[in-house]
Amino acid sequence: MNSPNTSAPARNVDVARHTDHHKLMHRIRAFETAALKANEEKLVLGAIHPSIGQEAIAAGVCANLRRDDYLLSTHRGHGHTLAKGANANQMMRELLGREGGNSQGKGGSMHIADFSVGMLGANGVVGANINIAAGAAHAIKLKGEDKVSLSIFGDGAINRGPFLEGLNWAKVFELPAVFVCEDNGFASTTRTDAMTAGPGPAARAESLGIPAVTVDGNDVVAVDEAARELVEAARSGGGPRFLVCKTYRLTGHTAADAAPYRPSAEVDEAWKNDPIARCAALLLGAGVSQDELSAHATDATAEMEAVYEDAKAAAWPAIDLAYADVQDIGDPREEANRW
Amino acid sequence: MVTMSYAEAGKQALADEMRRDPLVWAVGEDLGRGGVFGQYKGLVEEFGPDRISDAPISEAAIMGASVGAAMAGTRPVVEMRFADFALCAVDELVNQAAKARYMLGGQTKVPMVIREPMGMWRSSAAQHSQSLESWYTHIPGLTVAAPSTPADNFGLLKSAIRADDPVVYFEHKNLWGLEGEVDEAADPIPFGKARIEREGADITIVAWSAMVHFAREAVNTLAEEGISAELIDLRSLWPWDKDAVLASVGKTGRLIVTHESVSVGGFGAEIAATVSEALFGKLKAPVKRLAAPRIPISYAPPLEDEVRVSPARIAETARAMVSQ
Repeated sequence: MNSPNTSAPARNVDVARHTDHHKLMHRIRAFETAALKANEEKLVLGAIHPSIGQEAIAAGVCANLRRDDYLLSTHRGHGHTLAKGANANQMMRELLGREGGNSQGKGGSMHIADFSVGMLGANGVVGANINIAAGAAHAIKLKGEDKVSLSIFGDGAINRGPFLEGLNWAKVFELPAVFVCEDNGFASTTRTDAMTAGPGPAARAESLGIPAVTVDGNDVVAVDEAARELVEAARSGGGPRFLVCKTYRLTGHTAADAAPYRPSAEVDEAWKNDPIARCAALLLGAGVSQDELSAHATDATAEMEAVYEDAKAAAWPAIDLAYADVQDIGDPREEANRW
Repeated sequence: MVTMSYAEAGKQALADEMRRDPLVWAVGEDLGRGGVFGQYKGLVEEFGPDRISDAPISEAAIMGASVGAAMAGTRPVVEMRFADFALCAVDELVNQAAKARYMLGGQTKVPMVIREPMGMWRSSAAQHSQSLESWYTHIPGLTVAAPSTPADNFGLLKSAIRADDPVVYFEHKNLWGLEGEVDEAADPIPFGKARIEREGADITIVAWSAMVHFAREAVNTLAEEGISAELIDLRSLWPWDKDAVLASVGKTGRLIVTHESVSVGGFGAEIAATVSEALFGKLKAPVKRLAAPRIPISYAPPLEDEVRVSPARIAETARAMVSQ
């Protein structure tokens, strides 16, 4: 696990930019907190994978993406999706399986997507987003566009075949792709290093000739700065780039996972490295008032509580939607009506 | 009308569609050298290596990248080389391509064609010979086609490329050299429309892909004996032309479904069940499936032949059913 990089050199603090990060991280945490409440109240029925503790990666990375850039995420994708600019009301409705969800309630948490902001989908299969993101980057190149395609995946994904295949693909075709490994130390409920040979994700990317940078993923400034450089390199025709963000998952794998497999002292220690608190300390040092920082938290909580109330009040999707968007050819109702 | 081979018809259809739509591109191993069966020969010269793209031997990436490229506005034609190899990319096809449109609430479609050369051809054993078309009919979101003639390969591949959803497209390896008349100006052939290969009154035989040609041999033999068999080439398995099959069996009262793939859980079972449900009282004989035993495909020719349904066996079965 990580410890705060307290020896970091003094930096120029871009107060406006990091204030935005601070607000966004609070919004992500408040969204996750509301989602956990919905889970406790049995209004989220399927699994949710909270990203509490990992907010700096979503905020720092997505701050460097344009609305029309592509983002593909994992099952732990709420934060990334919010950071890409998705509407929180639609997202919460999706988590509750309600009318007005991004995907009309048909995908839920693990398939959260908002194509209107370039968010092409979280994925329920670990690592599956890597090849899809490489392909979106391939389309960008074929069409001569100046977008980038960025995928975020966990450290567990580096042991799946698509990691090798997708990275190799992106490098062979010199695609505008950025790969971000959110290394929280756990592959589901197993410590990743116990199941991973060799020195890890950055070395694997570098072995394919893809430049890789490793940062403290709980330091939003470091993530932001690294991501800016990598995204611009990919956008300007430099080929794929790789970013490893070391972090820690402050909750269990899912909302149902109390994570008894890790000592509480370890988790307590990790809370001291809370990315939001670290960002707040930075801003406080740069002259932002505690009142303003506290207001970011209370505003975010109020926003997401309202978002949750809105979703609770929303109707179920129309039953007819069960038969919609399967494919253009052939009407699935015809088969259903046989019975 | 032009005479061309089944392989050339596929190539011609792809070239036509690539000229028509600059967003269509093909990707797979060895395409720049014409593809492993020569079905892409000459295309890279016209369209360049970006649109007739080689690929690493990474089936999951070929399929998965194509899903992303389709979501991002292009229309990939994916070459899987052998249907057997496409199994390395089943997550990308079944969990991703087939599901994305539905799971994401219609925010995207995934227009891609997955070309999967199928079937037995000269001693290629268990990993280069399979016919797995029925697997994909089971998956919501996928269209499944299996043409038997050059003209159908031309017309169905065009439809597959123009479709906005993934189409799993099975070309039979034993048919690449088969020649036939193709109308190059013809409209694409819609999915779900069977072709009545031969009209008949006594028994209906349903087949697709290479098995159509075995069935035709059987029909010719039966005709010499005074048995009039109707042969239906289904052309696509999902959607499949229920109306054509039910109309035919309604007329003949007898049905054989024959396919090269394993009988157990094969698409013949779906057809047999549908016909039994709809026409139970009108059947003059139990519906019969003629398909492969549930054994892997052998290398040695005599063992490989054990898996084949022969024209003689189709004729023999039909004869017995008609005399019942």
